[in-house]
Amino acid sequence: MPVVEEDRAVQGADAVVDGYGVRRDSLIHVLQDVQQEFGYLPRASVRRVSERLRVPLAEVLRVATFYSAFSLEPQGEHLICVCMGTACHVRGAPRIVSAIRRHLRLKDGRRTTEDMKFTVKAVRCLGCCALAPVITIGQDVHGQLTPDRIARVLRNYE
Amino acid sequence: MAIATSPRIESRQALRELADALKCRAGSKPVVSVCRGTGCTASGSGRTYEALRQAAAELGMHEQVEILGTGCHGLCELGPLVVIRPRGVFYHRVKPEDAREILDKTVGSGELIERLLYKVDGDAIVHEHDIPFYKKQMRIALRLNGLMDPMSIDDYVREGGYQSLAKVLLDYAPEQVIQEISASGLRGRGGGGFPTGRKWASCRKAHGDVKYVLCNGDEGDPGAFMDRSIMEANPHGVLEGMIIGSYAIGAGHGVIYVRHEYPLAVRTLRRAIEQAREVGLLGEDILGSGHCFDIAIARGGGAFVCGESTALMASVEGRVGEPRAKHIHTVESGLWGKPSCLNNVETWANIPVIIERGADWFASIGTEKSKGTKVFSLVGKVKNTGLVEVPMGITLREIIYGIGGGILGDKAFKAVQTGGPSGGCIPAQYLDMPVDFDELTKVGSMMGSGGMIVMDEDSCMVDVARYFLDFLRGESCGKCTPCREGNQRMYEILDRICEGRGAEDDLQLLADIADTVRTTSLCQLGKTAPNPVLSTLGYFRDEYLAHIRDKRCPAGVCRALIRFTIAPDVCTCCGRCARECPVQCIAGKTGKAPAKARKDARTGKKKGRVGEPFRIDQDRCVKCGTCLDVCPAGAVRRA
Repeated sequence: MPVVEEDRAVQGADAVVDGYGVRRDSLIHVLQDVQQEFGYLPRASVRRVSERLRVPLAEVLRVATFYSAFSLEPQGEHLICVCMGTACHVRGAPRIVSAIRRHLRLKDGRRTTEDMKFTVKAVRCLGCCALAPVITIGQDVHGQLTPDRIARVLRNYE
Repeated sequence: MAIATSPRIESRQALRELADALKCRAGSKPVVSVCRGTGCTASGSGRTYEALRQAAAELGMHEQVEILGTGCHGLCELGPLVVIRPRGVFYHRVKPEDAREILDKTVGSGELIERLLYKVDGDAIVHEHDIPFYKKQMRIALRLNGLMDPMSIDDYVREGGYQSLAKVLLDYAPEQVIQEISASGLRGRGGGGFPTGRKWASCRKAHGDVKYVLCNGDEGDPGAFMDRSIMEANPHGVLEGMIIGSYAIGAGHGVIYVRHEYPLAVRTLRRAIEQAREVGLLGEDILGSGHCFDIAIARGGGAFVCGESTALMASVEGRVGEPRAKHIHTVESGLWGKPSCLNNVETWANIPVIIERGADWFASIGTEKSKGTKVFSLVGKVKNTGLVEVPMGITLREIIYGIGGGILGDKAFKAVQTGGPSGGCIPAQYLDMPVDFDELTKVGSMMGSGGMIVMDEDSCMVDVARYFLDFLRGESCGKCTPCREGNQRMYEILDRICEGRGAEDDLQLLADIADTVRTTSLCQLGKTAPNPVLSTLGYFRDEYLAHIRDKRCPAGVCRALIRFTIAPDVCTCCGRCARECPVQCIAGKTGKAPAKARKDARTGKKKGRVGEPFRIDQDRCVKCGTCLDVCPAGAVRRA
């Protein structure tokens, strides 16, 4: 998803904060809804949330970097989450990550493709352990994966 | 269409009458139950469900048969699963194309479809209850999973839901409820195993008018998905348990904390809460008893540490999930500083059944100190992966072989990992041990939330220990030094060992750091972090020594310690490995494989260049394994 311009980032944040009634304890939910809407947390949104909820910016950033649900950088159109849970690990998840990165030609630790189409993230257990190894692409769950099936699966999103 | 739309259920009588009316309406209509849990959905059960509905309409059968989408049936490996009730015919790997035939043959004329039946050693097993995976289970927390639509309060009421709540609110004093739960022997199912009745009693006694009841739906242990299935399949079971608990403790507010990775569970629970409110089972004066209680949902942000009670509560309050030292327990001062009773999803799901069938019944199941059943997620290198609920005291062998069907590919069993990152690996010599809280602790592991990951001869135990430390160093909140620094250092040592750079005194160093982390960490994440290392070091020391002394990984997992070679007689000279190799260390000549060229020459086919089998330069190989992954002929060998 593309970089969000400042006005939209601020307005979006305002709408979410108002929806929860400007409550300090809604911070995590507010950030989740902003993340959901924009695909990441634009800096302008983070500043606005800090102002509206009267929480220091450092504290908001602390929360945003503590929890893995949040990204402070724009992510690709399709977010590929590779489950690194124990069952998936034992059934070959590390090779799945390598295969996906190879297919997308991601080098040097980059997680997002140049054309911003895909971001690859290793995530904690998704709870689909019986179908290990598992990846999700957006809301779609793909289980019982093998490295040779990666190309076919990703083609549906290209 | 629901019978129970807007009218409040004002009394126990009204609840009973509604249940009777719903049972009557359902009658003996056959039900085609399609699992729409996350596992089967990933295998395509959504399309199967739609195909069945469409076929029912096309065949004019939609009045005579119900197509029901349910929560997780448990045997995820074989999904999409379809069970035709009341007969109980079990079909597996059902595709949309099978829909019409199922309705026409099995529902219409009772005829079975051979290819969809589950087989053991060639023999077909027709009925769900005869399948070994299910036969040996005792389903209490999972009892309603395949029987109802999770989005329907009607279905829950029809199956007897909320009758226990009525019994409690109208027949019991709060202290009696606590006595009943204490007498049942129920212990927390989230990992702590703390006696539930005792926790409730402490919270009831605590000072303050405002109290909270919380549900821990964080389920952070990798490899565990029991709570997910309960929340997705039977949300009202959790709600009913919490309302009963709130009455016993004297709480007016509840929170269900659901981890960020479970959006379907959030949706299902939200719907259930709305429905319960609509009919007055949440809110003011529930069932005319005077008790008032409501529930909110809090979503996690993605942090394993938020499964810890004080971190969870901090997260609900909108703060980072940093635990605090528990000199004062959360039953005295928890959420917003008020007395709070936090229990796991599975614990709450057991409550209505204990009230319905009695403490004595529950206490008759299980072992002396571990009563009732436990839901396990049986996963890893086992044939039948899925959710299993069994009485405490069953042996590991019965679970892994009797229910799980044994090891995938009939390979050798090596270990079973229980208790998540707080647990340990249990080797083959303990396969006949009974499974309960105390027995698992005795062998250096623990029950944990119920993850049971089976490992075979191809799993490296040093790699498993490294895996868990990698997980824990990332999930450590960072507040206390022993956990933050200790887990990082233990990881570094294990990583060195897996990379072939380990030294003999690394093992003593690991043990020393483990001891410090265990005794001085602030919370259970840190305190139990050394368990995977200590248990693998205890049972698989030889494997560690092979990595250190011989620079060898016996299981063939640690990349740096294995050699990749190409079998020249299998290589087809396609050159794909050389093209994909990230360091271009593979050389050869594309063309016809020499053996094929010789054969062709004999039959007169001379066309085409002859290739040369490809070879890996061992000095430059970085052991990434790409060649192994891409070779279409299986010519790459790993030693």
